[in-house]
Amino acid sequence: MIRRQFTALALGAAAALSALPGLAQDKPVKVGFVYVGSINDGGWSQHHHESAMKMKEHFGDTVEVIEQESVPEGADAERVLTQMALSGVDLIFTTSFGYMEPTLNVAKKFPKVKFEHATGYKTAPNVSTYSARFYEGRAIEGTIAGGMTKSNIIGYIGSFPIPEVIRGINSSFVQARKMNPDVQMRVVWLSTWFDPAKEADATKALIEQGADVILQHTDSTAPLAVMEKAGGVIGFGQAADMAEFKPTPRVSSIIDNWAPYYIERVQAVMDGTWESVSTWDGIKEGMVQIGEITDAVPEDVATKARTMMDDIASGTYHPFTGPLNKQDGTVWLKDGEVADDGTLLGMNFYVEGLEGSVPN
Amino acid sequence: MAGISLELLLAALMVAATPILLAAIGETVVEKSGVLNLGVEGMMITGAICGFAVAVETGSPTLGFLGAALGGAVLSLIFAFLTQVLLSNQVATGLALTLFGLGFSALIGQSYAGVKPPPTGDIDFGPLSDIPFIGPVVFSHDIMVYVGILATAAVWAFLRYTRAGLILKAVGESHDAAHALGYKVVRIRILAIAFGGAMAGLGGAYISLVRVPQWTEGMTAGAGWIALALVVFGAWKPWRVLIGAWLFGGITVLQLNLQAAGIAVPVELLSMSPYLVTILVLVIMSADKRRAALNAPASLGRVFHATS
Repeated sequence: MIRRQFTALALGAAAALSALPGLAQDKPVKVGFVYVGSINDGGWSQHHHESAMKMKEHFGDTVEVIEQESVPEGADAERVLTQMALSGVDLIFTTSFGYMEPTLNVAKKFPKVKFEHATGYKTAPNVSTYSARFYEGRAIEGTIAGGMTKSNIIGYIGSFPIPEVIRGINSSFVQARKMNPDVQMRVVWLSTWFDPAKEADATKALIEQGADVILQHTDSTAPLAVMEKAGGVIGFGQAADMAEFKPTPRVSSIIDNWAPYYIERVQAVMDGTWESVSTWDGIKEGMVQIGEITDAVPEDVATKARTMMDDIASGTYHPFTGPLNKQDGTVWLKDGEVADDGTLLGMNFYVEGLEGSVPN
Repeated sequence: MAGISLELLLAALMVAATPILLAAIGETVVEKSGVLNLGVEGMMITGAICGFAVAVETGSPTLGFLGAALGGAVLSLIFAFLTQVLLSNQVATGLALTLFGLGFSALIGQSYAGVKPPPTGDIDFGPLSDIPFIGPVVFSHDIMVYVGILATAAVWAFLRYTRAGLILKAVGESHDAAHALGYKVVRIRILAIAFGGAMAGLGGAYISLVRVPQWTEGMTAGAGWIALALVVFGAWKPWRVLIGAWLFGGITVLQLNLQAAGIAVPVELLSMSPYLVTILVLVIMSADKRRAALNAPASLGRVFHATS
């Protein structure tokens, strides 16, 4: 069905398409994916890969997918992207924040190739950005964390101090404090997205410091593996469901659902309607999904978490609603005021109550 | 230091140091025999997956560690064959071994992602582990922590007190002289390389079976290179290597604990502290040039070709 549509479209717009050699009717659309981790990391990269495979399944033979995994952020990424662009790829998804500059640099050299950069904020005529409002999911996690901690210490494993990660820390902390005003949050920065040994060590350090709920913003399942071994500590699946750690330590999860977006964007390339956009979708649109809340969570806490999920989905509640102060005590949001996307996208400050400072 | 328990820190330090200690002790023996094997990272990651796979398939962590040692040793024999028989360049071959090990382990590991290994239990020391402070620090670990320390002692005793150790050192200092005395230089070196491979394999398996415990591609994340640096750091002396491993492991754990305890020290400084201290100690130790040069095996990295 889809294939027929595509053929009809290709014939109908033959004149227009003939100008674009890559899109001739008998040639599949080539789509490239670049991942920062391996495609079986159990988290971020694996989920992008699986979404890419769903997209491929959706289109069948009309799409050819090229993937490159474990690409370091920086100069290597630029080389990989150039290689992909030279091999005749029509659309490239670069799936990590650190690919931002490499993507823009290569995009400049290949104006006919279209790029989609995940979690960044810089666009170009042939570069779109897409990201999910993970902080909505973090608010749910914060609610569960605040409701379940007995030691009043919540651990947070951070990767890099970029706005996306800082938003997550603030969002979960704000909700955790609402559930339990005595909650403290301890953040450990690792300067890596993926290093199981380091993530495991950080988890151990947090447990030793008394944390009994640990949130992670790194990509491997190592923290959950350590929590399971330690016992009595709960955590959440990150980027993927990480269902193998159910019902505890994994009590819920944030699942990134990229497949619909990938399908939509590849379709746009096929239709010739692709243009540069900045997409930032959340629970409402289904880009952020909350994995099953297990029985390990007390019923009243789970109910509160589910209610919040519904309210965010219906748009009646925003996780950053005033009154909220910045860490230094200055007013950020007045009573009832809601954070605007501009501030959120560039967030580089902690909210009041968090200890420590954001590394530069 | 408010908020950080010295007891837990010391206990965590011994665990964090174990993988690099095992690999570094193995490499010490290899380098003492005059061979520079830069493939430690590759052998570690191969050991990590071999150990993981065997442990998962058999359900026994002990067999897993044996499999890891075997895997690391077999991989190192490729290096031994190339450098000792075909007389290839040791630096280039070692680097190639690392690249090969990383790729090879990723290949075997395909079906082991997300699998849980059988747990490696802590040794039960009975009343000993109830002694305040000493109990949790010394008597609360899994068997590999003690294997690491015992291996250090064994290698030290071997190099210092045994005839075989003396021969190994002789081969490393002057392979021509050792050859002239009738010692089988190549055979001795191959054995040393295999031992180094087995120890690196054990170190890798410690990461995949105990420290994390799971398999992910590239999970050793540079531990092999740190082990190589430790050998130089320790001036090819087993006990100094042990101290180096504890120092490095200790600072790694300490910086995470400082962050977790919410102590206001700049994170950037904490993250680079293990490397800073390593460089600092290296500089201090190599200040006395004559002694540092004396400690390095004289034939290290040189190709041996028996002419007569």
